[in-house]
Amino acid sequence: MEWETVIGLEIHAQLNTVSKIFSGAPTAYGAEPNRQACPVDLGMPGVLPVLNQGAVERAVMLGLAINAEITPRSVFARKNYFYPDLPKGYQISQFELPIVGLGHLDIELEDGTTKRIGVTRAHLEEDAGKSLHEGFEAMTGIDLNRAGTPLIEIVSEPELRSAKEAVAYMKKLHSLVRYLDICDGNMQEGSFRCDANVSIRPKGQTEFGTRAELKNLNSFRFVERAINFEVERQIDVIEGGGTVVQETRLYDPDRDETRSMRSKEEANDYRYFPDPDLLPLVVDSAFIETVREKLPELPDAKRARFVEQYGLSDYDAGVLTATREMGDFYEAVAAGCDAPKLAANWVMGEFSAALNRSEVELGEAPVNAEGLAGLLARIQDETISGKIAKEVFEAMWNGEGDADAVIEAKGLKQITDTGAIDAIIDEVMASNPKQLEQYRGGKDKLFGFFVGQVMKATQGKANPAQVNERLKAKLDG
Amino acid sequence: MSVDTSEVRRIAHLSRLAMNDDQARDFAGGLSDIFAFVEQLDGAAIEGVEPMAHPLDAEQRLRPDAVTEPDRRDAYQAIAPAVEGGLYLVPRVIE
Amino acid sequence: MAQETLSGWVRKLQAREISSRELTQLYLDRIERLDPQLNSFITVTAEQALAQADAADARLAQGEQTPLLGVPIAQKDIFCTEGVRTSCGSRMLDPFVSPYNATVVERMNAAGAVMLGKTNMDEFAMGSSNETSFYGPVRNPWDTERVPGGSSGGSAAAVGARLVPGATGTDTGGSIRQPAAFCGITGLKPTYGRVSRYGMIAFASSLDQGGPMAATAEDCGRMLNAMAGFDERDSTSVERPAEDFTAGLNQDLKGLRIGLPTEFFGEAGLDERVRGVIDAAIEVLKGRGAEVREVGLPNSHLSVPAYYVVAPAECSSNLARFDGVRYGYRCENPEDLMDLYTRSRGEGFGDEVKRRIMVGTYVLSAGYYDAYYLKAQKVRRIIADDFRRAFADVDVLLAPTTPELPFALGAKADPVSMYLSDIYTIAANLAGLPAMSLPAGEIDGLPVGLQLIGNYFDEARLLGVAHQYQQETDWHTRVPAAFA
Repeated sequence: MEWETVIGLEIHAQLNTVSKIFSGAPTAYGAEPNRQACPVDLGMPGVLPVLNQGAVERAVMLGLAINAEITPRSVFARKNYFYPDLPKGYQISQFELPIVGLGHLDIELEDGTTKRIGVTRAHLEEDAGKSLHEGFEAMTGIDLNRAGTPLIEIVSEPELRSAKEAVAYMKKLHSLVRYLDICDGNMQEGSFRCDANVSIRPKGQTEFGTRAELKNLNSFRFVERAINFEVERQIDVIEGGGTVVQETRLYDPDRDETRSMRSKEEANDYRYFPDPDLLPLVVDSAFIETVREKLPELPDAKRARFVEQYGLSDYDAGVLTATREMGDFYEAVAAGCDAPKLAANWVMGEFSAALNRSEVELGEAPVNAEGLAGLLARIQDETISGKIAKEVFEAMWNGEGDADAVIEAKGLKQITDTGAIDAIIDEVMASNPKQLEQYRGGKDKLFGFFVGQVMKATQGKANPAQVNERLKAKLDG
Repeated sequence: MSVDTSEVRRIAHLSRLAMNDDQARDFAGGLSDIFAFVEQLDGAAIEGVEPMAHPLDAEQRLRPDAVTEPDRRDAYQAIAPAVEGGLYLVPRVIE
Repeated sequence: MAQETLSGWVRKLQAREISSRELTQLYLDRIERLDPQLNSFITVTAEQALAQADAADARLAQGEQTPLLGVPIAQKDIFCTEGVRTSCGSRMLDPFVSPYNATVVERMNAAGAVMLGKTNMDEFAMGSSNETSFYGPVRNPWDTERVPGGSSGGSAAAVGARLVPGATGTDTGGSIRQPAAFCGITGLKPTYGRVSRYGMIAFASSLDQGGPMAATAEDCGRMLNAMAGFDERDSTSVERPAEDFTAGLNQDLKGLRIGLPTEFFGEAGLDERVRGVIDAAIEVLKGRGAEVREVGLPNSHLSVPAYYVVAPAECSSNLARFDGVRYGYRCENPEDLMDLYTRSRGEGFGDEVKRRIMVGTYVLSAGYYDAYYLKAQKVRRIIADDFRRAFADVDVLLAPTTPELPFALGAKADPVSMYLSDIYTIAANLAGLPAMSLPAGEIDGLPVGLQLIGNYFDEARLLGVAHQYQQETDWHTRVPAAFA
């Protein structure tokens, strides 16, 4: 039987506010345990939550960016369950009336077509603390620094049909939250996390199959592998005559498998009800407009503009707008050298290769946009050839100075003086009489030999176009 | 409506309250009386009425995004039943 | 000495007729001598009180006149007090020394009040008799075989016996007014949102409201001036300009329209003798120029059932934080996490608290939410709408505070009969309206309370009506013989 995979993603993005969603404690990552947990985060008796405006603004930004409805009156609800990393015994979340309603996100498939994925909703909630199991005998340590960090949970429609689509959607959203600068996107630190609801059904069937919820998918690679594993598992179960049970499964990257989470077996009854400590959150059009003004240019719009403004291919524009930083970097380089296509080739080529090789982030690269633009300007004004430029770039990356300094120090300036080139050509012709005779006797292929000799004599610095032109004239003359 | 002991046990578990059989029996009686009493609500004329979650018809106020709480871990943990290395300790949680 | 009111002491302190230290010592002595009969205090903070008194004396010497400067008060043990045990009447919080102050405590400290200690209360404010306290029942100073009411029974008994001139209370379903009535004192539950709930341990968040308890309306107004005000730490705190709640005290009652809700004078268990006291009080007010008419609150009979869905629902969630992990009671040698939770909570909470947690858990659980919780929230609105209509025609509503006299300890063993002792007070909580109780008579040596319910934010008017009544009567000056 042919099976169809149905996937919906729930993505939790930590919002990058400086203080928590309901308290004035800091949110910075990596502090000593419980040093960033105030009475509100600790669930002390009598304390009360007050909502952070920064979290609301970021949620609205996301809503606008995915063309979603912003709920005029959204409501915070309590999700009740006991767990040691949940100090109050309930999580403040949104249930019936989330701040962001129905929206959508366009993802690009491998065949180059675009698919629109519905976003069911996105709601604000507080993060829980962390349980640490190592270092204690028979005990678990609880760190509540993360408790109360603002989260937005973005829920997709079950419209993703493969692990690859799921990854494309997740990457698109990841790029978007970083564009918006509402989340740092750091997956290792847990700032951007994903749960996947996965089910299968016979191709052509409209009802959904029973789904499993996969947890702990903290990298793009894990998402892909966990879903692929889970799909195979479900097919095996059904084809073996069994039925898939609705359950939560944990992905184990070491074994590359998903397994049932026994501790969550107990049927959950979260007893949601409106949080009486918080009033309805009213987001009016004035608030929305203020937020809209802060919106940066979004990835899709930027990509279209790059095609239009710089004459780039859609593919190149896509690569260069993958992150806001990359787009900004490219535009700075293009403006600095006044050669958008050359800039695109270099940013995607040499520059990106060097980043990968050195394993550094864009912001920490030893060659900045100004430096790269300076180099490309030297290609443009024919001070150096493209080939020599690679050598110069290498030196710049190694900290040997800017393009002009390197060219000067290494004497790499291109020879463009016709007299000087002619003199070298004469010399080459004189010292290779045999080849000259053969060439003139009709062996055209030897033209390349003479070019090579001239370039060799100039250590590659002769302007290639000029060499071609002068050589042709002299050989044929 | 009457509540039996197994129902009391289910609710007690959901509420994380230890309870022996005698207690469950006692609570079953009290809870049954309360639910029977509360059933008076069934006669209320509430067609089309908006639920009222708050006495005042007000909106949520927003706090500026600023850090206002200092680190007072020592004071907060001085009253904790079990801490080590700044962490609150509980019996091992199995995941 | 003990006859003097809180307002009287403020005047004497400011006239330097007595020092705060002398006054504080006087009340500390009374507590030491008399409280063993009542058990109205859980914690007495004598040393701290004397230090606060000395500080107040220094400020008085410099001519400062903050509203409660140097006046001894007591805090209900539901308000968090930094460095002082804050038990909420529960074994669960017996080990809890709060690391921070409630806003009410901060404000009263700023006003110069001297805290003598923390008063006893029903566990987590759940009770109407003060019999559910982990620290034992409080006794009524008018008859120590009877209950003082609850849940602010410690505050009411302490003020009634003049062990302190004023104390704070909290009122979720009548917990200020019913004990005030039972102990012969004046107590006010303000409009929901007037007094910050920050640091006031939550029972039912949408109903809880702190307020003053003292001998007179004037005292309550002074205390409320210090207690009330916008608090940015409480999202449900109302942002309104500061108000002087004593401003309307001398307003005469000519033309005042008083409504008598017929439902509160019906057959529903109202003691005829209580009714007689209320009728007499109505005559006093008429004599001062008030006009009286009947009004209807047709859904008020649904108040108690609606309350016993809404309040337990909120409490089941509010009390989930008491889990033995970060503070408070933790069971011995827990086997595993589930054991830690269920035994810490099973051993830390008393039966009434457990009962309400279970009712709340049940009404919120899957399949019951609509039938109970949502329905109760709708009933809540029709009850509030009844009041809205009534206040279109009248300025204040008048009713008995309780249907009967203070009852004997142990008299109300079944929960529902206990719940019905708040039958006249709960509706104001559901609607969020201000309401107060003041002493209006005595039957067989036991006090009877008169309840006034006002429109939203109309506390000053309520206090004014009460003060005018207290100009004509002396019930508020009476002190039980054993404590005179």
